[in-house]
Order: sequence, then C-alpha cells, then structure tokens
Amino acid sequence: MTSIDTIGVASIVISGMTMAIGSIGPAIGEAWGLSRALSAIAQQPDEANTITRTLFVGLAMIESIAIYCFVISIILIFANPFWNYVVAKGG
Amino acid sequence: MVEITPDAIVFWKLGPFSLNATIVFTWLVMVLVVLISWLATRKLKVEPPLSRWQNLLEIIITYIRDQIREITLQDSDRYLPFLGTLFLFISVSNLLSIIPGYYPPTASLSTTAALAVCVFFSVPIYGIAQQGLVGYLKHYSQPSIFMVPFHIIGEISRTLSLAVRLFGNIMSGTMIIAILLSITPLFVPIILQVLGLLIGLVQAYIFAILATVYIASATRNYEGKEQSNKEDLKGGILND
Repeated sequence: MTSIDTIGVASIVISGMTMAIGSIGPAIGEAWGLSRALSAIAQQPDEANTITRTLFVGLAMIESIAIYCFVISIILIFANPFWNYVVAKGG
Repeated sequence: MVEITPDAIVFWKLGPFSLNATIVFTWLVMVLVVLISWLATRKLKVEPPLSRWQNLLEIIITYIRDQIREITLQDSDRYLPFLGTLFLFISVSNLLSIIPGYYPPTASLSTTAALAVCVFFSVPIYGIAQQGLVGYLKHYSQPSIFMVPFHIIGEISRTLSLAVRLFGNIMSGTMIIAILLSITPLFVPIILQVLGLLIGLVQAYIFAILATVYIASATRNYEGKEQSNKEDLKGGILND
C-alpha cells in the first residue's frame, strides 16, 4: 500500500472506532445520571427545579466527552492534516 | 465537499485580511440583537399597556436574573450584563440557523474559543473585585498548597471544554443536516433541524450556566457557602 492508502484506511477505521468506543462511556454515564435524577425528583418533587438544572449541567459535561470523540472523528474524515500533507507532497 | 467550519467560506479578500462567513454572520447577529433591543427599549413604560417587545425582553431579563440569583446566591445585577449577553448572543446565533444560507458563527471554533476566553478572564476579574487579590488567590491553595497546579490545569481545561462543547454541538448539527441532505433530502433533515434548534438553545443555556457557576465559585465567600449548605441540609431533614 502506498502512504495515501494507508492514511485513508487508518483515518476511516479509527474515526469509526473513536465514535463507537468513545460513546459507550458517556452513554452509560448519562443514563445513570438521568435515572438517579428521576428517582430524586420522584422522592422530592419540590426540588425539581434545582435537580433539573443540575442535571442539565451535568449531562452537558458528560456529553462533552462524546463531543470530543465526535470532533476527533470529524477532523479525521474531513480535515485530516496527514492526508492534506501527503496530498500536498503529491501522493 | 462539506465545510466543517464557516471560516473556510471567504466572501472578500484584501491582502492578509479575509472577510469570512464567521465574521459576517457575527456582525449580523450583533446588529440584530442591538437593533431589536434598541427598538424595544425606546419607549419603556410602567403603566399597563406595555408594548409586546418590552414584555418579551422583560420576560427574558427576569428569567436570567432569577437563574443567576439562584446559582450565585448573590445580587444578580453585577453579573447580568456579561452572562446575559453571552446567553443572548449564543442563543440568537444558534436559533437563526433555520434561515437558509445562514451559517451559525458558533459552528466555528474561533467564535466559541473567543467566548470561552472571555469567561476565562472574567472569573479572576469578578473574583478579585469581590474578594480582593489575596482572597481570590487563597482559594487556589484551598485544601493544601499542592493543589495549585491542579487548580490551574482545571481552569485551562474547563475553558477548552467550554469552547469545544459549543463548537462540537453546533458544528455536528449543521454537519448532520448537510450529510442527510445528500442521502434523504425529503423531510428527514427538517426533523433534525428542529432537534438542532433545541440543542442550540440548550447549549446556549448550558454555556451561560457554566459561566455563572465558574464565576460563582470564584466570588462566593466560604462562610456564606457553609451557611447555605447547612440550610440545605436542614431543609432536607425537614422534608424527610
């Protein structure tokens, strides 16, 4: 394989694996947090406002981990610096 | 080719300066927000027949003030200009993305990094203004002196995560719509666009809330915090 093939295959495979593996942890975390928040609201409905706000902030922080993975995989596919370097060098 | 950032769309170029879509649409959002606010606050009234624009702005401002007061447990007037502007700018620039041909400036890492840097500098400014230089620096070494590097790493990494979170969410929204338009051009992109509006508003809310939390943690004095914790505890026991 030439270097351009290697970089292309590696980028696509790794970007898929980044999303697949990287979304497992945040998914479990968000589900866990949501279920705990729901049971907390069921126990104390008066505190629903505070719990919901904290939940949103927490979910956003957990979700940012998945977003990092997404940004990495998007960069690998659409704005790959190694790919651009090899293409600029003429394959 | 799908553009991952509106920085790449250049309208006009003169030497080293290029006028790209990010700058143009940032100016557009700024003009829109300022113009609407100016038109709405031109004839403010206290008597009942209020104009509908004044009602709208009053609802937004009251909501923001209540949120700030609940989080910081302080007077909200000091923080309202900065945090309210952050929320209004981000939410307007996200919500306008239903207009065809508009690229949200928050889908560019430059805009979100600039906003996050504003938050990064506003935290010590508010903290020093509230507690004095010594009082602010003292909380870096709060549990022990060895925590200083971790506090500094934390400040930098949370700034980075603020910027990348907003950028990633908004960019992914536009990107998914662009990809879906080439696969299933009918109906499906509309549903995701509606979802994108929701995500845009939630991200604006989260950006403003996180900025509030960071500023509150730098400005809140520890006696007040312990007191409020005790009150919370008491309330929880009473509720049980």
